[in-house]
Amino acid sequence: MTLSVRGIGRSFGGFRALEDVSFEMPSTDLLGIIGPNGAGKSTLFSVVSGFIAADTGSVVLDGRPLDRLGAAARARAGMVRTFQVPREFHHLTVRENLMAAAPDQTGEGLFGLFLRPGRVRAEEAAIGAEADAAIEFLRLGAVAATPAGRLSGGQKKLLELGRALMAKPRLILLDEPFAGVNPVLVEQLIERITALNTRGIGFLVIEHDLDALSRLVPRLVVMDRGRVLATGTPATVLADPAVREAYLGGAVA
Amino acid sequence: MEAYLVAIAIIAAIYVLLTLGLTLQYGLTGLVNFGHVGFFAIGAYASALLSLQGVPLVACFAAAAAIAALAAYPIGLVALRLRDDYFAVVTLGFSETVRLVITSERWLTNGVQGIPGIPRSFAGMGVGMPGALATLGAIALVCMAVALMLRRVVRSPFGRAIEAIRDNEDALRALGKDPARFKIQVLALGSALAGLAGAFYAHYITYLSPDQFIPLVTFYVWMAMIMGGVGRVSGAVVGALLLMLFLEGTRFLRDLAPDLISAVDMASVRLGAVGLALVVFTLFRPQGLMGDYTRR
Repeated sequence: MTLSVRGIGRSFGGFRALEDVSFEMPSTDLLGIIGPNGAGKSTLFSVVSGFIAADTGSVVLDGRPLDRLGAAARARAGMVRTFQVPREFHHLTVRENLMAAAPDQTGEGLFGLFLRPGRVRAEEAAIGAEADAAIEFLRLGAVAATPAGRLSGGQKKLLELGRALMAKPRLILLDEPFAGVNPVLVEQLIERITALNTRGIGFLVIEHDLDALSRLVPRLVVMDRGRVLATGTPATVLADPAVREAYLGGAVA
Repeated sequence: MEAYLVAIAIIAAIYVLLTLGLTLQYGLTGLVNFGHVGFFAIGAYASALLSLQGVPLVACFAAAAAIAALAAYPIGLVALRLRDDYFAVVTLGFSETVRLVITSERWLTNGVQGIPGIPRSFAGMGVGMPGALATLGAIALVCMAVALMLRRVVRSPFGRAIEAIRDNEDALRALGKDPARFKIQVLALGSALAGLAGAFYAHYITYLSPDQFIPLVTFYVWMAMIMGGVGRVSGAVVGALLLMLFLEGTRFLRDLAPDLISAVDMASVRLGAVGLALVVFTLFRPQGLMGDYTRR
């Protein structure tokens, strides 16, 4: 049960955004990705989640190569991503945003909707209850009926995490989940993500808040200029001179 | 005067049906369909030709909706891979292609000479008022049923998903859902409504020719939707009625000042009036009369 990223390369014109990026993680584990701006972290997420095609290399989830699958199919295969800039459904309420993410809804087809109204109603009740649980879990109760476009940046981040959970994935790719979230909530998020992880959901997390990330994940991949610079525990990689050079611009000796 | 009002009401109801279809496609899903009139034409000709072969009218109407939906399917498969603006161009091109095919395939459609003598709906009730009133009643019922169905769709999981597509398609893909699957259904259902409107049109006017299906019809429907309120079922109904008011109201301008406006100028005056109304609406009430989807 692993996510295995093998030799991923991707160029945009003459710019090599990713070069021979490889790492492996148990798909039930927590892994952090750090690196300076422009290191290729978000591009890597887009390649792994199928939004951008790789020039070279392969992504394998639990033994199944995903390279020929589109983004939606990869999500259905059990790997759901969030976005660095939240992409909420801005005219739907928070609750509707969450409900939209639930998989395999009978009422999402016109035939099911009109021919099996009883089943649709029962599913809606169940999905609604799940959404309410997610709202409570993320403390979005005050804005549950608010159109998502009106949320603060931090609330949108929480909503993205909630939507990802509603899709029932085995592995969630979080792109800067703590950005814009207030510090108290960050602590709670760390706690909740850890709790979800003990229930068997894996997380691959891009994050700039190194302090918070170090408390969340046992292992880090450090990227710089499209390459993997180092891999290891937070303590080890952050002590690595090459990492300090790249990440802190050599300012700290 | 009564006959005139009934005639206008029937045409208005046909526009309501067309606008409901576009509301589903653009207002709820965000599909920029500039070829609505093509599906209207397909429905009209399909029903007219079948009825001339002796097929009962009810079956003709059903076939018109089904054939228009089927015509939408390949368009969906090809065009939904394209970006929004390309989709708009492809649909516009499609509707013009439909018109050209109607013009040139004379063995089937009699070309520019058109098809006269199409069986009138409710002809059994008499050619005058009773038949027209029955037609109006039937199309009003259909409009109501369709509006209720769309309201049901808006509040359903399907409605949630298509509004999610309109708001952010990539986010829906990231959650494991294929926007194309939804868009094809939306395109087919909206086109079926346009086809049904076409059948009503054919069996009311009883004469079809290609020049009745110019892109202007599509843009009238867009105007109706924008004036009523994008993404609102009630807006589609109100907008279509308002459009008719502008189109027909301008006729009376001429009665007021017959010396100023010649009959030839009338067409331009009508178009100008509707255009002016649209400009005024976008300036002073951009959300439309009934409000749009941003204020639910």
